[in-house]
Amino acid sequence: MDWLVIQDYLPLYQEAMWLTLRIGWMGIILSIVLGLICATIVHNKVPILGRLVKIYIEMFRNTPLLVQLFFLYFGLPKVGLLIPAQTCGILGLALLGGSYMAETFRSGFEAIDRIQMETALSLGMTRGQAMRHVILPQAVSISVPAFVANIIFLLKETSVFSTISLMDLMFTAKDLIGLYYKTTECLFLLVVFYLIILLPVSILGSLIERRLRYAGFGD
Amino acid sequence: MPDLGIDVLWKGKNLSRLLGGLWIALRISFVSVLISIPLGILLGIVMTWKNPITRAITRIYLEIVRIMPQLVLLFLVFFGTTRVFGWNVSAELSSILVFSFWGTAEMGDLVRGAIVSIPKHQYESAAALGMSRAQIYFDVIVPQTLRRLLPLSINLITRMIKTTSLVMMIGVVEVLKVTQQIIEANRTTSPNAAFGLYGTVFVLYFLACWLIGLLAKYLEKKWE
Repeated sequence: MDWLVIQDYLPLYQEAMWLTLRIGWMGIILSIVLGLICATIVHNKVPILGRLVKIYIEMFRNTPLLVQLFFLYFGLPKVGLLIPAQTCGILGLALLGGSYMAETFRSGFEAIDRIQMETALSLGMTRGQAMRHVILPQAVSISVPAFVANIIFLLKETSVFSTISLMDLMFTAKDLIGLYYKTTECLFLLVVFYLIILLPVSILGSLIERRLRYAGFGD
Repeated sequence: MPDLGIDVLWKGKNLSRLLGGLWIALRISFVSVLISIPLGILLGIVMTWKNPITRAITRIYLEIVRIMPQLVLLFLVFFGTTRVFGWNVSAELSSILVFSFWGTAEMGDLVRGAIVSIPKHQYESAAALGMSRAQIYFDVIVPQTLRRLLPLSINLITRMIKTTSLVMMIGVVEVLKVTQQIIEANRTTSPNAAFGLYGTVFVLYFLACWLIGLLAKYLEKKWE
C-alpha cells in the first residue's frame, strides 16, 4: 500500500463521489415522487392509467438498471431522442427507483384497513384530505424499512453509471487502474469512498426504523 | 417508419448468440443460488443463536454485503485477488464467488427472518407434547419456515439474474457483451441496431425475471 499514491488520488475520488451523490440524490428524490404518484394511482384503481402504471412497474422491476441505461443512452438516440449522460443517469435511476418505491408504498397502503378511508369520508373529509391526513402518514411509517432498503439499493446501483461514461467512483477506479496499475490502492479507495457514502445512510436508516416502530396504529 | 434495427436479429446466428449470452447470465445466477441456499440456511440458523461472538461476526458480514455495491465486490475479487495473492481467478468463477457471497448473506437474513417469525408458542407446544429438540426443529419449525421462505428465495433468484448484468464489466461475455459485439459488427449495414438490440435485451431480461416472479406469486397465494 503506497500512501503517497493514495494522497494523490484522493481529490479525483472526491470529485467522483460528489457526482455519485448528486446524481444519486436527484434520482432518489424523483423516484420517491414518482413512486408515490404511481402507488396512489394503482391503489385507487384509476381506470386506464392504473393498468399503464402497473405495466411500467413490472417492466422496470424486472430489468437491471444497466440494461435500462444502455437502452436510454445508446438505444434512444437511434430513434432521434438524444439524452445527455447525466440526465440519462438521473432518469434511469428515477424510473427504476420509482417502480420499487411504488411497490413499497402500495404495500404500505394495503396494510391500512379500508375502514379508515371510509371513516374519514364519513367524517366529511374529501378523498384527497383523507389520503393526505389519514392514509399517507400511516402508510409511510409502515413502509419505512423497505423504503430505507430501497434507498441503499438505489445508491448502490449508481455504481453502473460508469458504463455510460459518467465519471463516478467506479469509472475513476477503473481509469486509474488502467493508467498506473496501482490496483490495490485504487480498490482500497473505492471501498473507502463507498463506505463514506453508504455507511451513514445505513446507520441513519436503522435509527429511523427503530424510532418509527412505535408509530404503529391500532395495536 | 424509421429503421429500428431489429432485423439484425435474424441475420446469421445473431439471435442464438444473444440467447446463448442470456444462458450464461442465467447459469451464473443459478449456480450461485444453488451454492447460497444451503449456506444461507446454515447462516440463518447461526444468526438466531444468542452467542455474542457469532452475532457480531454475522452482523458485520451482513452489513458488508448490504453496503458494498456488487460491482465493487466483483472488482475486488477479480482485480484485487490477482494483485494481492497472485491468483488467476477467471471472470466467471469470480462472479460466481461474489454472487454466492452476496446470496448467502441475503438468504441467511431471509432464513433468520422466517425462523424468528414462527411464534414462540409453536416451540413451547411442541415441547409440551414431549418432542425432542431435533423433532421440534424438523417436524414443526422447518416445514413452516420453508413455506414462508420459498417465495422469498425465488425473489432472490430474480434479483440475482438482474445483477448478473454487471458481470460484463469484468469481461464475462454474457448477453449485454454479445449485444455490443453484434452492434459493432453491423455498424455499417444497420446503424440503428443499438435501439432494436438493447430493446430486445430489455425484453429478454424482463421475461426471464417476470416469469420467475409469477411463480413466486403463485406459490405465495397457494400457501397462504
